[in-house]
Amino acid sequence: MDNLKKTSLFSSYKKHGGKLVDYAGWSMPVEFSGLTLEHEAVRTAAGLFDVSHMGEIEVKGKEAENYLQYLLTNNIETMHDNQVIYAFMCYENGGVVDDLLVYKYSAEHYLLVVNAANMEKDYKWMLGQKKNYQVEIDNRSEQISEVALQGPKAEAVLQKLTDTDLSKLSSFYLERDVKIAGANCLLSRTGYTGEDGFEIYLNHEDAPLVWDKILETGKADGVIPIGLGARDTLRFEAALPLYGNEISQDISPLEAGLGYFVKFDKGDFIGREALLKQKQEGPARKLIGLEMVERGIPRHGYTVLSEGKDIGFITTGYHSPTLGKNIGFALVQQEYAKLGDIIEIQIRKKTAKAKIVDKRFYTKNYKK
Amino acid sequence: MKTIKGLYYTKDHEWVKVDGNKAMVGITDYAQHALGEIVYVELPEMDEVYKAGDVFCVIESVKAAADSFAPVSGKVVEINEELEDSPEFLNEDPYDNWIMAVEMNNPSELEDLMDDEAYKKFCEKEE
Repeated sequence: MDNLKKTSLFSSYKKHGGKLVDYAGWSMPVEFSGLTLEHEAVRTAAGLFDVSHMGEIEVKGKEAENYLQYLLTNNIETMHDNQVIYAFMCYENGGVVDDLLVYKYSAEHYLLVVNAANMEKDYKWMLGQKKNYQVEIDNRSEQISEVALQGPKAEAVLQKLTDTDLSKLSSFYLERDVKIAGANCLLSRTGYTGEDGFEIYLNHEDAPLVWDKILETGKADGVIPIGLGARDTLRFEAALPLYGNEISQDISPLEAGLGYFVKFDKGDFIGREALLKQKQEGPARKLIGLEMVERGIPRHGYTVLSEGKDIGFITTGYHSPTLGKNIGFALVQQEYAKLGDIIEIQIRKKTAKAKIVDKRFYTKNYKK
Repeated sequence: MKTIKGLYYTKDHEWVKVDGNKAMVGITDYAQHALGEIVYVELPEMDEVYKAGDVFCVIESVKAAADSFAPVSGKVVEINEELEDSPEFLNEDPYDNWIMAVEMNNPSELEDLMDDEAYKKFCEKEE
């Protein structure tokens, strides 16, 4: 694993028993004290994640707003300063380049937070779409560390380390130059777990201290470090999509049921024509939730059948730590996506029955 | 990491306990630890015939599904059905909770397996 990239927190994993895996070219902890334990800690107390592998791309300039309005599916024009929104960057054919968060500092200055595995592809795509727009695009991924503190106790714990009044920071808003344990941070009330929480962007040299301080301060409240394993089960239960699973260059936002983040009335944007056609005709496939009726755990990539006919595949599936059930998402042909219907999952040599259910397995617990 | 004297061990972290021509098969403490919390066991079927090295069982943690390989060739004569409802038994006591018993058709295959001392050394190298 020597050629893998390491975050500034790499040396902090060991003392907490981090089990390492290769994730998108990074050596990252998949688990510390145990996936289920970590998952529960985030649902009931709070957990700390190293998400420094995420990419950060800055867009600056007179036409930053117009450029992003053309590049992304969500409406950038209606954003307030210091607001954060979720958006897709699509290809002309409606497939997804990446899903990302847009941080607006001002109409001439934004930060896009993108997936680690897509960062280089995204950056190239953004440069390719720059055309005559008067913008500067700066890939800052290598210079920024990021940690996330997520869970119902996140605010109380973090408040002990900063003078900024966190109760005034609303969900999907950011504040710059927040001092956390003395370090200068960009702070947003965002996350990927279905819980209230914060994402903290900071310099590499400050990250280990802030990481340690949060764990130390939060110890009495049950704050523990969380690996990528629980990060995935948490986002899955909260029906938050993962690029490469629920959305991809071959799965459009509309098929994934994420049309809310595609604003057709905002004017032209890349992929608009293809997506509009999909919307008018109805997407051929639909993302469904499913719960196993028979034994077996649905896993990413498994074939989904209806009366023996191949109708799609599992995008994500787990034995859910919170619900204790075997549940999953699948992308299936639209005509088979009826709630309550019984389908079959091909699990190795056997098929096992599952029921189509609402895909919001866990109700998000955000602060207003 | 716990091992038990008198058992045979594979490089894929299964154990075998020999009782006449019958071989009880399970996974080792090292295996259960590496898998983490076990939430599902797909048991082999009675009377199925496996060759040494065939996948006979799939053990799933929250994170992933892992294959287990038959240490010796033979026909399945018993399965531990308790594991269907209580897969966590494999975490709690992997040596007491066998997965299947096979009637060996080539007991000389046992010679290819490790004893507890050799297996301990093997695991140290895996770390």
